Amino acid sequence: MNFEYSEEQTMLKDSVARFVREQYDFDTRRAIVASEAGMSQEFWAMFAELGWLSVPFAEEYGGYGGTSEDVAAMMEELGKGNVVEPFVATVLLFGGLLARSDNKDLKSAVIPKIIDGTCLGAFGFLERQSRFELTDVKTSATASDVGWVLNGDKAVVVNAANADQLIVTARTSGGQFDRQGISLFLLDSNAEGVEISPFVMMDGQKVANISLRDVFVPASQQVGVLDAGMDLVDLVIPQVLLALCSEALGIMVKLNEATLNYTKTRKQFGVPISSFQILQHRMVDTFMAAEQARSMVYRGLCAFGDGGSIDATERYRSLHAMKVVVAKSSKLIGEEAIQMHGGMGMTDELDIGHFVKRLMTLNVMFGDGDFHQKKFNQLSY
Amino acid sequence: MDVTFTKEDLAFRSEVREFFVTEYDASVAERSKHGKNAELKEGIITWQKKLYAKGWVAPSWPVEYGGTGWTPTQKFIFETERGIAGAPAVMPFGISMVAPVIYTFGNAEQKAKFLPRILSSDDWWCQGYSEPGAGSDLAALSTTAEHAGDHYVVNGRKIWTTYAQYADWIFCLVRTSKEVRKQQGISFLLIDMKTPGVSVKPIVTIDGKHSLNEVIFDDVAVPVENLIGEQDKGWTYAKALLAHERTGMADVADSKRALAALKDRASVEVNGGTAMIDDPVFQMRLSDIEVELMALEYTELRVIAAMAAGGMPGPESSLLKIKGTETTQAIQELQLQLAAYYGGALPGNLEPEAFGHAFAEEARHGYMYGRAATIYGGSNEVQRNVIAKMVLGV
Repeated sequence: MNFEYSEEQTMLKDSVARFVREQYDFDTRRAIVASEAGMSQEFWAMFAELGWLSVPFAEEYGGYGGTSEDVAAMMEELGKGNVVEPFVATVLLFGGLLARSDNKDLKSAVIPKIIDGTCLGAFGFLERQSRFELTDVKTSATASDVGWVLNGDKAVVVNAANADQLIVTARTSGGQFDRQGISLFLLDSNAEGVEISPFVMMDGQKVANISLRDVFVPASQQVGVLDAGMDLVDLVIPQVLLALCSEALGIMVKLNEATLNYTKTRKQFGVPISSFQILQHRMVDTFMAAEQARSMVYRGLCAFGDGGSIDATERYRSLHAMKVVVAKSSKLIGEEAIQMHGGMGMTDELDIGHFVKRLMTLNVMFGDGDFHQKKFNQLSY
Repeated sequence: MDVTFTKEDLAFRSEVREFFVTEYDASVAERSKHGKNAELKEGIITWQKKLYAKGWVAPSWPVEYGGTGWTPTQKFIFETERGIAGAPAVMPFGISMVAPVIYTFGNAEQKAKFLPRILSSDDWWCQGYSEPGAGSDLAALSTTAEHAGDHYVVNGRKIWTTYAQYADWIFCLVRTSKEVRKQQGISFLLIDMKTPGVSVKPIVTIDGKHSLNEVIFDDVAVPVENLIGEQDKGWTYAKALLAHERTGMADVADSKRALAALKDRASVEVNGGTAMIDDPVFQMRLSDIEVELMALEYTELRVIAAMAAGGMPGPESSLLKIKGTETTQAIQELQLQLAAYYGGALPGNLEPEAFGHAFAEEARHGYMYGRAATIYGGSNEVQRNVIAKMVLGV
């Protein structure tokens, strides 16, 4: 039994922490978010150089061959910096789908470019009506002589505006809500018929809606098994959830630390407000909430790790429960951070609100707490 | 990271599991949990003597006094298996509360006199800390012990004393000096319950049962050889004891068992023909608790793993009591909710089984007496004060 990060993992974690501490302060982040691209190409190239973009990929494609624990260690620190560069969208989603497919040619063509930082990617799964059900897909792919023709609309695609290439879900058979009949397609973001309408989320993430009108995709760029694209998606989602929850954990730790420090320095009635028992007890509650979230992230990592000998139901119970606990803890910690910072917590000038907004958008990613609690219930009762 | 046990630990777990299967039988279970008066005492002692015979009654004691020499992981495994089996925890007052004070601060005669009889459950101990005017502010206690030659004369009253009606001995914090800071004038005294002047007054609790008492001392003569350590140093000893209290106080295994029982019951109880376990709202209430318990389980494992690696547990260990008791209470609340009308019924002379709702009686009792969990052992408010000071540094 062991719940410490290994020496190598700690080194990786420390290197991300050092980057955040030394190069990614709040003003730097603000400037990046306000820029046209909404991300820093310079930092992205640096991430590539440091090997961060290679972490989850297999060695045969030039990757580091890392595990979800390695990624989690990094994500916690990226969370503490509220880093907006599209690591999850490019490396874990777009790259993760490719990496788990059996399209050898596509993999050898694209993965090295993800790793060297020259290919940004995005995964379009959401449609206006689909909310958290990944299998609700109206976008269609119709077979033509040498490939497929796609028609439909994808919504709130993270990093789509900067992406060189996209993977989207489209229906190749079955009805709108069928799991079977969904396939994945890789396309260039500047392909004919692809229209990208960018906008920004409240957490600073650059996202876009994508309209696909008679977009031709060669047969060779259909990713994974035809009609069984969801099998591939289901392999990637747990890894992404572990990463997102680790990021949320980093933010929670950061917020708790900031709030504690603020209450120690802020004086009212002639004393630091940290001397008030009511605030002390609430900070104990937020401390406990972060620890419980950490325990669930570790539980998830163990469940989906190499040593995981438990059955699929238990694995997924842990995964859904992790998202539930992280959602609850995030909400408590975010709201308490603003409240205990008082008026200052309301200002755009302070980083607190920006962390909270990131927690809120993270909460929604791939299902909010209630959605996962329902899934948990279905597996449990 | 990994959550697997070593081969040795797994072998140990089989041994412990086997022991509970063969030794913890239903009749002991019934008496030790639901027996009335003498029957309850006899049930508990019978069970503890089985543990004693096996050499497993005091895992946390040093080996020289009868401890097991188990690793932190083995202690954890034992507690977990105990919870799975549904066996009661050993009465803490002798084994985990007074004994560590005796073997740490007592003299050779005291160790020889008291420890063997604590280990064998031949002496039943109770705890004399709280007083009517000293609860969370324990150091405000006012029971006095006046030094008079070869004995102390004790006067005052102790309250909330669990099972004092069965006890042979009571360990007390008493005031031996009023001249100094309130913590400094306190001494640690062992008192024979049969001494003239000691009387026990029952306190019936809101679950309708009698486990708590007031213990009154009226000119009670206590031999000076029953003083632990030095006079006026009792507060230090008691504090050291608090730090000694079990780390596995999250009661995860017990809560898992209670939750499983709750789920079973929820598939029997129906509303409009639908089992409560299939009711979406009830499911949300259940999983609110279950996910929190799953997190708590890993928080406890993190503490155990750190200790097993030879380190000190991190700050997360401080939340075990608060979260453990809150989770226990949440389960009890839902049990009572599930019992609906029957949760309020006092079956009187009706056999609970004839009444059809034995579980409802347990639900009511569990909920009512369970309110105490966030009050005793340092109320959860005091626990939060401690974390604020020790962990947050405010």
